[in-house]
Amino acid sequence: MAPPLIQARGLVKRFGDFTAVDGIDVEVGAGEAFGFLGPNGAGKSSTMRMVGCTSPPTGGELRILGMDPVRDGPAIRARLGVCPQLDNLDPELTVRENLTTYARYFGISRRVARARAVELLDFVQLSDRADSKVEPLSGGMKRRLTIARALVNEPEIVLLDEPTTGLDPQARHLVWERLFRLKQQGVTLVLTTHYMDEAEQLCDRLVVMDGGRIVAEGSPRALIEQHATREVVELRFAAESQEAFAGKLNALGERVEVLPDRVLVYVPDGDAAVAEVAALGLNPTNVLVRRSSLEDVFLHLTGRTLVD
Amino acid sequence: MVSLMLPRLVDVSAASRRSASVTERNVAALRSVYWLLLVSGFVEPLLYLLSIGVGVGALIGDLTLPGGTVVSYAAFVAPAMLASSAMTGALAETTFNFFGKMKYMKLYDGVIATPVQPFEIALGELAWAMLRGSAYSAAFLVVMVAMDLTAPARALAAFPAAVLVGFAFGALGMAISTFMRSWQDFDLMSSAQFVLFLFSGTFVPAEAYPAVLRWLVEVTPLYRAVHLIRTLTVDTGGWSWLLDVLYLLVVLTIGLLIASRRMSQLLYK
Repeated sequence: MAPPLIQARGLVKRFGDFTAVDGIDVEVGAGEAFGFLGPNGAGKSSTMRMVGCTSPPTGGELRILGMDPVRDGPAIRARLGVCPQLDNLDPELTVRENLTTYARYFGISRRVARARAVELLDFVQLSDRADSKVEPLSGGMKRRLTIARALVNEPEIVLLDEPTTGLDPQARHLVWERLFRLKQQGVTLVLTTHYMDEAEQLCDRLVVMDGGRIVAEGSPRALIEQHATREVVELRFAAESQEAFAGKLNALGERVEVLPDRVLVYVPDGDAAVAEVAALGLNPTNVLVRRSSLEDVFLHLTGRTLVD
Repeated sequence: MVSLMLPRLVDVSAASRRSASVTERNVAALRSVYWLLLVSGFVEPLLYLLSIGVGVGALIGDLTLPGGTVVSYAAFVAPAMLASSAMTGALAETTFNFFGKMKYMKLYDGVIATPVQPFEIALGELAWAMLRGSAYSAAFLVVMVAMDLTAPARALAAFPAAVLVGFAFGALGMAISTFMRSWQDFDLMSSAQFVLFLFSGTFVPAEAYPAVLRWLVEVTPLYRAVHLIRTLTVDTGGWSWLLDVLYLLVVLTIGLLIASRRMSQLLYK
């Protein structure tokens, strides 16, 4: 088997007294799409910055492309593409110049830089805005430009820190589609996200982080199967206390969770469960069937479930 | 031997190529509004020269320099204006603009994700500051020659000296900027800069001050810069200007080292 492109053992990042990353083991192979999931402050971004060789690890071992990120920073970064959590595009340059200038940081010739800019703007559907300044672009456009910028050096690994956070659905889907194409081209993707659906769309394998540690690891499907059900039925009842109904619902799903304003039933098949609720003679005022999300997996993983 | 030296040489050429890419970014960002700013940097010392050098100079008459040369007051003030405009030009880039790019535009956060390293960013920004500073210096020297305040040959010698002055102040300013917390801190720096501008033997020879004050003045960087350029443009004062060159080179080196070290700390979080 080929050696992993990213290999971390006992990786630690501390800022003063605060431990952002608390000894994680990660391996990412060539061509893989790997995800870090977790809430804010879980240590995802700190991990990404260490992998991107812009943040020296406090402890543990880290090898990127077989090299040491502290000693071989420039050589590694030459082969990485980084899309940070917050767009740090150059506001004094045009859309096109953002790409050509960035290419120059990699030592790419002006001629090649110009050609790549044209290609990449087409790839992220920004060709018609090529000569616009960055400022007036929408959030989704800026994000796409940042992604294009991360590809300007034809990287072997692309690091994407929350690539679609804050985007509207159209923009999210466009980003997903472009990232999927990259994956098909054999580019290794490493991304962080809040969204389970994003992870499901893009990741072959992922880890869930919480409090700087890895609390679960596997494929999206395996994680949901292991820690949640495929679907969730959210039921809202007219009565003051949702608790009263919870008991009757226990048999319905694998897990029932009572929130102050609604009851969540974890089931493999939402529509079937809704039918059963009706058959039980319960009349919820509101019914919502949805896919399991990171939140559901998380509630389970961190043990905040009230009724199990 | 060759194999031992080669990696090092490759490193240096890669580093300078990467520094140049940072300079290049600034050229790309140059816009029409910016040109106006550039022009103002040239006009300011010229106004000082005309109002004080020529205007006040008419009341003062001639001065005798330490080297024994007798010069008009305008010829005395002109080299000081050149030195301080080289200072101002470089500082404008490496303080306000540099700070803005680092802290607010987060420009370098994007740059460090590429092979470019903090030291190379510092060098590239400094080179850019010098392109700007050198343009001021060259224009001002042309004015000095046109006004017969120095000889053309002396002006040619003074140009690299003015570039060195810019480099030294640019590096110093960049080092200071890395310690700035907000724009307010720059008020302090502007005040310090103005004090230097007034008292560095610019309008009054340092010899006119009481001994203690004179010593104090003579160790400040702008005094050394003024002394260097005045010696080259109008005076005949021995070799003491070599000391100024050494002084400025030390300021340049230390400034650059501190700046890149601090940038590493701030950027590689």
